[in-house]
Amino acid sequence: MVILEFFLVLIGITALGLLYGGIARKWSARIQRRYGPPFYQNFLDVFKLLGKKNTKSHGVMFALGPVIAFTGIILSLFFLPLGNSRPLLSFEGDIFVLFYLLVIAPLGMALGAGEAANPNATIGIARGLTLMLGYELIFFLSAIAVMVKFNTASLWKIVEIQGTFPKWNLFPFFLSAFAGLIALQGMMGEKPFDLIVAPHEIASGPMVEYNGKYLGLLQLYHAIAIVVETGLFVNVFLGGGSILTFILKTFFVFMLAVTIDNIMPRFRIGQAVKFYWKYPLIISLLGILVVFIWR
Amino acid sequence: MGLFRWSQSRSLWMMHFCTGCGAVEMPPTMTSRYDMERFGIIPMATPRQADILLITGYLTVKTLKRVVRSYEQMADPKYVIGFGSCTINGGMYWDSYNTVKQLDLYIPVDLYIAGCMPRPDSIIDAFVKLREMIAKGEANGWKRYRENLEWYRTNQAKVFNVEKWSAIEP
Ligand code: SF4
Repeated sequence: MVILEFFLVLIGITALGLLYGGIARKWSARIQRRYGPPFYQNFLDVFKLLGKKNTKSHGVMFALGPVIAFTGIILSLFFLPLGNSRPLLSFEGDIFVLFYLLVIAPLGMALGAGEAANPNATIGIARGLTLMLGYELIFFLSAIAVMVKFNTASLWKIVEIQGTFPKWNLFPFFLSAFAGLIALQGMMGEKPFDLIVAPHEIASGPMVEYNGKYLGLLQLYHAIAIVVETGLFVNVFLGGGSILTFILKTFFVFMLAVTIDNIMPRFRIGQAVKFYWKYPLIISLLGILVVFIWR
Repeated sequence: MGLFRWSQSRSLWMMHFCTGCGAVEMPPTMTSRYDMERFGIIPMATPRQADILLITGYLTVKTLKRVVRSYEQMADPKYVIGFGSCTINGGMYWDSYNTVKQLDLYIPVDLYIAGCMPRPDSIIDAFVKLREMIAKGEANGWKRYRENLEWYRTNQAKVFNVEKWSAIEP
């Protein structure tokens, strides 16, 4: 029964992520005064990739890379509360586990793409792992403010305690939420932090050698990752509510990121990490300070 | 199978191999004025991810080597569009000593766009045509390449002036 339920959630979240991606493409097109692809374009892309005939592999690790990434993101779904529905696993400290699981995917990609020995992939991986030092720290610090205040490190408890609309964490913790939003931009790889998959610069970075079915799997991973990453932010800062409001909130957060993506240029890697360790770091530390004063 | 073929015709990732002057017509086709993304066609950075190989214009013998190599790196099913008169019969380089005259002898071309240079309208027209051909299962250049590999290899070797040539070296 639980397994069946989980599969339903998995399929639903994947479809949701693909739909978000499609709508985001349409939205970007409208911002650039284009007509844009249909909103279901990402579904077509995935079907096409999965239906490709010969898929070239460069070795065992190369083939395992996308699988590891996909597994990591599925595991993280176990810990993600969807609105008021309790996640399959929740215990004191699960937010740390969730952070760990989100790192599995980039590491899997790094192992896989490394085997292809394409210089562009190597540059992309180096950038990705360096950028992680930036956004992980910021996102973690902004979540710590909430954890300290509520005296819990369980994501489900944070959602439960904060309740619905007027009691969103966004309002008392607006400094931390702001820093978290900036970190989210990097986590999702949207501009100005899209230097990992910079298509015009390093030919789509870690994905440069991936083709056919592997690329399809990576697209699916990316679709789920959108929902998990925005969902993490929503759960910490934007309160609980029914599953419908969860969908609306993640959609709103994602569209915000896409809008910023459309009006920004791209950082160099040094600039990006320097930026993260300057202003967002100060803001998130201030956020923690506020919590200690307010107690 | 119907679902796969339908999505193949609706989602085409393109690698534009910009060799000749015709490449200048690609930016307007991709950007806001003509917007080819509304057909699900977007430019891709590498041959491994691409479905369409778009050859924009004349090919020198030296470039042809790279083209064949890129073509063989693409995953099946894959389609080639020859763009401009140069790919059809040499165009205005018909008597040049170092360009290839007929692209179809070296890689299987699914569709030609005539003109020197073709306007973005005709490029879009070609994409729509290619979409119909894929949906009907007529665009099978990649099958032709597999079946007649020896013939293509012979032609390639002849123009490269070598005994035997294979694109992907070990
Ligand atoms: S067909 Fe005309 S525009 Fe195109 S590459 Fe040849 S000479 Fe240039």
